[in-house]
Amino acid sequence: MRWGDKPKGTELPEAQIGGGGTNDRFPSGDDGGDNSGRNEDGRLSYRDRLMRCRLGLGLSMISILMLFIALSTAYLMRQHAAVEHGNGSSVILWQKLRLPPLLIFNTILLLIGSITLEIARRQLLRRALFAPLSDIPGIRQEPSRALPWLAITAVLGIGFLAGQAIAWNILQQEGMFVVGNTSGSFFYMLTGAHAIHLSIGILALLYALSSEVFSWKLETRCLVLDITSWYWHFMAVLWIYIYALMHFS
Amino acid sequence: MNPVATSADSVSRPASAESTGFLSRYVFSCDHKMIGLQYFFLALAAALVGTFLSLLMRIHFVWPTAKVFGIANITPESYLALVTMHATFMVFFVLTLAPQNAFGSYFLPLQIGAPRMAFPKANMASFWLAFVSFLIMLAAFFGQGGAPISGWTHYAPLSAISSAGPGQGLGMDLWLVSIAIFCIASCTGAVNFIVTTIRFRAPGMAWMRLPLPCWAWFVTAFLILSAFSVLLAAAVMLFMDRHFGASFFEPSGLVIAGQMVQHQGGSPLLWQHLFWFFGHPEVYIAILPGMGVTSHLLSTFARKPVFGYRAMVYATIAIGALGFGIWGHHMFTSGMNPHAAFAFSNLTLAIGIPSAVKTFNWLGTLWGGRLRFTTPMLFSIGFVSLFITGGLTGPVLAQPALDSYLHDTYFVVAHLHLIMGMAAVFAIFAATYFWFPRMFHRMMSEKLGRIHFWLSFLGAYATFVPMHLLGMAGHPRRYSQLTEVNYLHKLMPLQMFISIAAFVTMAGQIVFLANLFWSIFRGKPSNPNPWEATTLEWEAPPEGRDIQRGAYEFGCDHTGRDYLPQAGLIEVTNAIKNKA
Repeated sequence: MRWGDKPKGTELPEAQIGGGGTNDRFPSGDDGGDNSGRNEDGRLSYRDRLMRCRLGLGLSMISILMLFIALSTAYLMRQHAAVEHGNGSSVILWQKLRLPPLLIFNTILLLIGSITLEIARRQLLRRALFAPLSDIPGIRQEPSRALPWLAITAVLGIGFLAGQAIAWNILQQEGMFVVGNTSGSFFYMLTGAHAIHLSIGILALLYALSSEVFSWKLETRCLVLDITSWYWHFMAVLWIYIYALMHFS
Repeated sequence: MNPVATSADSVSRPASAESTGFLSRYVFSCDHKMIGLQYFFLALAAALVGTFLSLLMRIHFVWPTAKVFGIANITPESYLALVTMHATFMVFFVLTLAPQNAFGSYFLPLQIGAPRMAFPKANMASFWLAFVSFLIMLAAFFGQGGAPISGWTHYAPLSAISSAGPGQGLGMDLWLVSIAIFCIASCTGAVNFIVTTIRFRAPGMAWMRLPLPCWAWFVTAFLILSAFSVLLAAAVMLFMDRHFGASFFEPSGLVIAGQMVQHQGGSPLLWQHLFWFFGHPEVYIAILPGMGVTSHLLSTFARKPVFGYRAMVYATIAIGALGFGIWGHHMFTSGMNPHAAFAFSNLTLAIGIPSAVKTFNWLGTLWGGRLRFTTPMLFSIGFVSLFITGGLTGPVLAQPALDSYLHDTYFVVAHLHLIMGMAAVFAIFAATYFWFPRMFHRMMSEKLGRIHFWLSFLGAYATFVPMHLLGMAGHPRRYSQLTEVNYLHKLMPLQMFISIAAFVTMAGQIVFLANLFWSIFRGKPSNPNPWEATTLEWEAPPEGRDIQRGAYEFGCDHTGRDYLPQAGLIEVTNAIKNKA
């Protein structure tokens, strides 16, 4: 199954829960829009919950993307506009970034993290797939192996952040600070903004981890992991974009 | 509990056993209706602050030595602080929060037949973030040096250097932090709006059956999503300039307060581009929901379907999309490649087309209708009037040649206050009078409402039309006192007239406040559908969830009604069947 295909688990739990199609989202008997929102998803099928959360996440991604597009537009604009005119001559003030090789190592960490997270997600999906069979006597579910893969991903993510911090240190020892050349300021800002967003991803991973540890409802676990992995892969792609921007321009 | 409470009543009835506690019901509520009310009153508080600041400005302008409310000696700098904070409160906390978040949170789910917002907790979080942001913004007044003075647009480098003015230290930092939080709150809210509209429509609520306010909230949410994240990026960059010594926006060799600034190689224009990429869509964020509400109300009170429903929808989308391509028209005088100015100018003129479509359709809706001149209808017609008056000066300012003369004059002040300020506020008033019976189960006083309307309507025109003349006479904006300048001295009587008109307009708002709070507690109890409207928020019978028709089925005649509710009523459905 390719990434982006409709995961099989999204269909199966639906049948399991007995949720309706699109035309039956809110069955009659609804009391006139008078829900406090507390009966959390009492009458939503898994499919509807998943689509709702994915849509919400996708829109948040637009927002995050716009933030980084604004920053990188500023980057490209400043790169060519940083010109000093003194007695008729012009000097380009922009210093090209020399990125520490450590960043490549960090990138690899993040990419491996994406793979391990994908493995974790598939483990959980398989678990969900066979869940209906567990009622049959004699069939015993193997314990889910999502948990260790999730933990590995979290460790890799934290490793990435630590690596970024070390890269910052290396650059400061080389004399590149926020103060000084604008290319340096951009480096710290772009990597910092990405690190903040990735930290949110790590929080989401920890949330998914706790959902496994305390073995919440299978449906909720699938949902949390699905959304977490979309966000995590988005962060990986975003990092590659930022790296390429700083490397090639 | 009020005696006419019916099944459509829900505020006065606890939703479930859990939400009876005071905190969970009124403070940390996840109920979209309560959150809508919270937004409404937050916007009201911000409007009071903003109006008070403009009162100080107008008094100071005509009586420079007067001591008002114990505030003596308004210096040129503190006048700039008043300008900055008036704009900030009005633009962010009134014009963004009231039409979109307050009425949107309350009525979007009701109008599309959803039981709640898609993410109730995120809805609550976005309100509380906005509230914290409001408190931080208020705190900017009381920090060392007071509020920032660089205008709500905060052009660099003035906004980037703390020694540039009294409020540019702590005050400016608080402004940035507050707005950064506001950006996150707005984006969270916008995600919620879009998901709710896409996923939570009741069965049968097709896109082309949506009430027009819902379309407006939907498109506006996309604008918020894209525009506010850019503002966040700009705020982060400015913050880095101020505290970490980055030089994104400050050029080399800058001397501020007698001292050479250490920054080098930055570009002040970059800030303007980033800011206006947010700032221009923000205008449409403020006005689009107002347009939606106006379309809705004109149709309801003219007892006619909206003229050209589809055209209205496409015009809303077109305005939203075009709104992102025209930020440069704020920067004609900042120095711009003439080719770029030409492009921005033409795109700006192009946005006149969907705006004209909308105006034409509003007039078409009114034409031949059986008009009911209730207070909300008066305010809606007032919106159309102000929108046309304010809009006509848009194409004037959109031309670089004319703009270079008019840009820093009162002409721009007049234009933006009529179209963005007054028009949007009139839509907010219309929405308040219209939906008040749904929110509080009582009617607002029609008599006081009319007094409020005429004071506001005439007051708004009397205040802002003369400002066009000031601008054409070359009166620059943003200065506290120019009485020493000869050619402006002659304009002082006009300034006096504007101030008095402004006082009258503000007095009119006292009538509104009195009406609002009196009616909440003592107003005449309303019946469930006092305006005979078609949309779901009024009817919402439990069995009528199946949406059978569009939102504006007026002027038909079935069983003595001249309208058909969106959620089919059994009696009406039967009547149609029998006829057939």
